[in-house]
Amino acid sequence: MKAEVPPIVRQIEALIDPLVDLPGATLPMLHAIQDGIGYVPDEAVPMIAERLNLSRAEVHGVVTFYHHYRRHAPGKHVVQICRAEACQSMGARDLEAHARKALGCDYHETTADGVVTLEAVYCLGNCACAPAIRVDDEFVGRVSKARFDEVIAELRQGSDASRETRS
Amino acid sequence: MSITVYVPCDSSALSLGAGKTAAAIAAEAARRGADIRLVRNGSRGLFWLEPMVEVETPAGRVAYGPVQPKDVASLFEAGFLTGGVHALSLGITAEIAYLKNQERLTAARVGLGDPLCIETYAAHGGWQGLKNAIGMSGADVVKEVTESGLRGRGGAAFPTGIKWNTVLNTPGAQKYVVCNADEGDSGTFSDRMLMEGDPYTLVEGMTIAGVAVGATQGYIYLRSEYPHAFKTLQEAIRRAREAGYLGTNVAGSGKTFELEVRLGAGAYICGEETSLLESLEGKRGIVRFKPPLPAIEGLFGKPTVINNVISLCSVPIILAKGGKYYQDFGMGRSRGTLPFQLTGNIKHGGLIEKAFGLTLNQLLYDYGGGSATGRPIRAVQVGGPLGAYVPESQFDIPLDYEAYSKVNAMIGHGGMVVFDDTVDMAAQARYAMEFCAIESCGKCTPCRIGSTRGTEVMDKIIEGIDLEANIALMRSLCDTMLNGSLCALGGMAPYPVLSALNHFPEDFAKVREAAAA
Repeated sequence: MKAEVPPIVRQIEALIDPLVDLPGATLPMLHAIQDGIGYVPDEAVPMIAERLNLSRAEVHGVVTFYHHYRRHAPGKHVVQICRAEACQSMGARDLEAHARKALGCDYHETTADGVVTLEAVYCLGNCACAPAIRVDDEFVGRVSKARFDEVIAELRQGSDASRETRS
Repeated sequence: MSITVYVPCDSSALSLGAGKTAAAIAAEAARRGADIRLVRNGSRGLFWLEPMVEVETPAGRVAYGPVQPKDVASLFEAGFLTGGVHALSLGITAEIAYLKNQERLTAARVGLGDPLCIETYAAHGGWQGLKNAIGMSGADVVKEVTESGLRGRGGAAFPTGIKWNTVLNTPGAQKYVVCNADEGDSGTFSDRMLMEGDPYTLVEGMTIAGVAVGATQGYIYLRSEYPHAFKTLQEAIRRAREAGYLGTNVAGSGKTFELEVRLGAGAYICGEETSLLESLEGKRGIVRFKPPLPAIEGLFGKPTVINNVISLCSVPIILAKGGKYYQDFGMGRSRGTLPFQLTGNIKHGGLIEKAFGLTLNQLLYDYGGGSATGRPIRAVQVGGPLGAYVPESQFDIPLDYEAYSKVNAMIGHGGMVVFDDTVDMAAQARYAMEFCAIESCGKCTPCRIGSTRGTEVMDKIIEGIDLEANIALMRSLCDTMLNGSLCALGGMAPYPVLSALNHFPEDFAKVREAAAA
């Protein structure tokens, strides 16, 4: 008798099956999974391997090589702080320290209330408006400590006010 | 007739509130019954003025900035729709000295209009290079690019024409054009600005490359840190295909060229071309040995043109106006222009496209207006995290590939990160090693182990432990990395470290001085 397929497997299947014929499909598949589910679940590794005729070790190697891919579910929002030189020149080191303290968590960790996952990033290409952060898919420039607190408060209130749209 | 108002949709402008400003202008216009056409354009690259709003008037485009939502009502009161004077008035856009004094060849169209409007692109000279190219033989196109003197703008400055010629002359049923849009260097954003503000230039440049060397498939490898650029490029490709500039009959030539954007995943090393190719193939971004050159065995083992965004975006104007036109700009063996990026602790940060040969002093003071903090400028890191920290005594060296390499510095991708006199150069040197350790692909030992040991030795130096011996050890380690690394990451990470040691030795003796006091 066939065992029941877990929902996560079905979800992954739906995300990666349309990409099977793409040349060099590993990264596109991992992006599709992370964009769809929020992270790359362990179940994804053998599934990608099987479809692309790779070993699990090869797929595991790809997932772990790239900083972008997460192996666990993030908080509701991901906040990246730029640690690179242009931002350093405008006080990013202080901003980092402030952020860790204000959020009560370190890089790659999530706040106790589950709202914010803190990540480091090495350049957002917003170097003339340093220090810069990224909140999900939007950038915020010239981020003082006070501005950072504002952005976080807005995220906590579930408001989108700090985030730009292209409308 | 409706009045055209421009509010940028560039990531940097958005990061300063351009989205809210645009919404406020639309709402205020509706409230007043003003007939406006709101266009979201690319950024002009004057970032201290963003969000910079422009209005089309009979006298030309008039600019206001920086405009926040709270300023919008008073702008309407001041009659900005007819160019009225306001506290935020900047005058005629084209007359703003920062912009007027530039030599914009590659970034000429950025900010002029809706980046995705294909008619706007054509109206400003777009597709002319491609039209010329399809009437020429591949060899003649390559010859034009060679004659222009264009060198790789990603940082390595290898002559683009020579690369293309190798691919042209390498037989292969399948060839590729790959655009390196993994702009990871801190202090650089020109690729992003071009892709967000004038994406068809990249589409056109890559298509010319494809038609010239006989490649039918192109990939843009874009870093995942640029979500707006990703959306813009995808839409630009869709529209270009619809308009017949991509596909099986490129601009009526009967030739095929397809284009696809692929996202990277946050690995700095994937800006190295062979590592990028591995990543595109779906593997870990591990650097390849060279030879074979990518031009002979590149993507999926096939002959591949791989160029930076700015290199490829310089091609349309070269084909439109001729290699000679482009070649007339610049100095020595550095021909043409480079979009320099003035960033970090600088009052007037932005994009400054100029011919090679100007100096840091000109950039920092004539354009930049000095530091943002008002303190003296002490050091400028030129060319990204692997570039040297340039001291004030060298601010007069012309920005030319050869002149910079003579002083163990590099222009790279043209990014300038400015630091004032509060910078701790020992901390910057440590960061260079730390960054290399985080981003090393791990293939070669000097980079993989050297960067970690380098961070540890730098910690000892900062703590003042056995200072002379550890500085000597650091220099020896740098020598090993410089000469023994497989690629530029390990091979150039010592540049910032050594430049800090050589030009700012006082910062490495702080602990000892403190102890002696």
